[in-house]
Amino acid sequence: MTPRALPWAFALLVGAGVAMFATALFVGSVPLGAGEVWRALWQPGEGAVDTVVRDLRLPRALTAFAVGGLLALSGALLQALLRNPLADPYVLGISGGAAVAALAAMAAGASLAVVQGASMTGAFVALALLFVLARRALFRSEALHAEQATAGLLLIGVMIAALAAAGLSLLLALAPDGQLRSMMFWLVGDLGGATERGAAGLALALLVVLAVIATTQARALDLLVRGDVQAATQGVDVPRVRRRLVVVAALATGTAVTLGGAVGFVGFAAPHVMRLWLGNQQRVMLPASVLGGGMLVLMADTAARTVVAPLQLPVGVLTALLGAPLFLWLLVRR
Amino acid sequence: MSSVLHVQGVELAVAQRVLVRGLDLAIGAGERWVILGPNGAGKSTLLATLAGVRRAQAGAVLLDGRPLDAFPVLELAERRALVIDRWTDPFAARVLDTVLTARFRFGGRDAEARERALQCLAELDVEHLQLQDVRSLSRGERQRVAIATAAAQDTPLLLLDEPIAHQDPRHQAWVIDWLRAQPRRTVVASLHDMNAAARLATHALLLDGRGGWEAGAAHTVLSAERLSRLFSTPVAAVQVGGATRFVAAG
Repeated sequence: MTPRALPWAFALLVGAGVAMFATALFVGSVPLGAGEVWRALWQPGEGAVDTVVRDLRLPRALTAFAVGGLLALSGALLQALLRNPLADPYVLGISGGAAVAALAAMAAGASLAVVQGASMTGAFVALALLFVLARRALFRSEALHAEQATAGLLLIGVMIAALAAAGLSLLLALAPDGQLRSMMFWLVGDLGGATERGAAGLALALLVVLAVIATTQARALDLLVRGDVQAATQGVDVPRVRRRLVVVAALATGTAVTLGGAVGFVGFAAPHVMRLWLGNQQRVMLPASVLGGGMLVLMADTAARTVVAPLQLPVGVLTALLGAPLFLWLLVRR
Repeated sequence: MSSVLHVQGVELAVAQRVLVRGLDLAIGAGERWVILGPNGAGKSTLLATLAGVRRAQAGAVLLDGRPLDAFPVLELAERRALVIDRWTDPFAARVLDTVLTARFRFGGRDAEARERALQCLAELDVEHLQLQDVRSLSRGERQRVAIATAAAQDTPLLLLDEPIAHQDPRHQAWVIDWLRAQPRRTVVASLHDMNAAARLATHALLLDGRGGWEAGAAHTVLSAERLSRLFSTPVAAVQVGGATRFVAAG
């Protein structure tokens, strides 16, 4: 992609995002016209249309976009930080911690708010554990040693995730039958609980803040991808940048998982799709991944609640179903 | 001439094995130092220590009169560049973009940076590869891209770990000539090729890997007798067309 074509690529991404957002507001079990949606958005009344648009579809669409953007941002950061194209937002065990706590709350029959609180707490506990165990990679300033420590960071994260997976299996085995369905939905990724406009707005705001922080580190990350020694000799404070971006990725993953459960595939594939399309310059790749990931989940969730309406599918089923063929096509066509 | 790099009583050990003991060096501006020694003698370790990305077991390294530890990373990046012998290219990237990463210390990516990067690529004879994916290059080409990257960092001190290890004969000479043609740069390079070393060096450092070392002007340090002892293999000096060439037996 030549630099001159970049603005067009971003215009295309934003345009497609807006179109998908509009679609998400129009379609559903109750078909609505453009005029009705427009009026419900800007001149809200008390009618059924207003409820459908403002309390159901709008918060859900916003949450879907935020979740996708957060996961894609986290995946893009971790792939670069760990120099591993197989990394995804779940690789360091942050989501595992969130999942164990959330499912434990669910098994106990807690309300949605408590489940979400537990999920966020679990994510932070896992992050704290990662910082303690991987302190070598995150705090030691000698680049030559840190080179091996990057592999250590990945392995420690994978082990935290494995520990969490064992906890999850245990919870699923012990949980009462009545809770199993919602627990499974949570694990696959489901946006059925996204009816809070405030929470959706907050998640979007966080997405913007995290994406901006990450993008300011884009040039350092470009260097870090090429090795710790390379980055350190060219002026990057390696442990500091790595610490900062691990926290950004963990916050993004924790928030996304809290809102939508463990939606799969987006965090892994959206960065790859953008990399194949636009190249691996982080200052391009990071914002593009946010837009692409947000769009993918928005599209998948709109499909999830319409294709077999009035039944609703968990969005995680659809992200891979829509995303995998696109990814494969991009891989194979060259 | 004032020294840019002062090495004072440096000890280097890898896995409890002491490689260099009590190393004292004064590397002056514009000098070209070559480090020679058998495999595992600590050449790369020393270069990493001189670059400030590895701490010595004992002693101190001063750059422009100031200990390396006392430099903020970015300031160090203004003064020295390091070419390592191992590259990490986990993702596709154009050669030009790879060289442009060296402009990190300058801030923005502007037309000037691009021009400088292209110039460095041309100086190392890899300009024609600028739009190619780095992962598609041969090791020799990739190594010249790495040298071009360090060149684009525009530092007065250039540290290189075996910069001609992967080069064909023509490009071995090319890289050595390029290093000789850097009048405003101080060069420290590890080499295995004794003749390339003799051509490049104004000064030489011999590391025996058991703690011992010898340093001094190239014409005194680089002798057949010393090199034989260093590599534990007979090295002869032969005259070829009026020039001295070192030949190792075996």
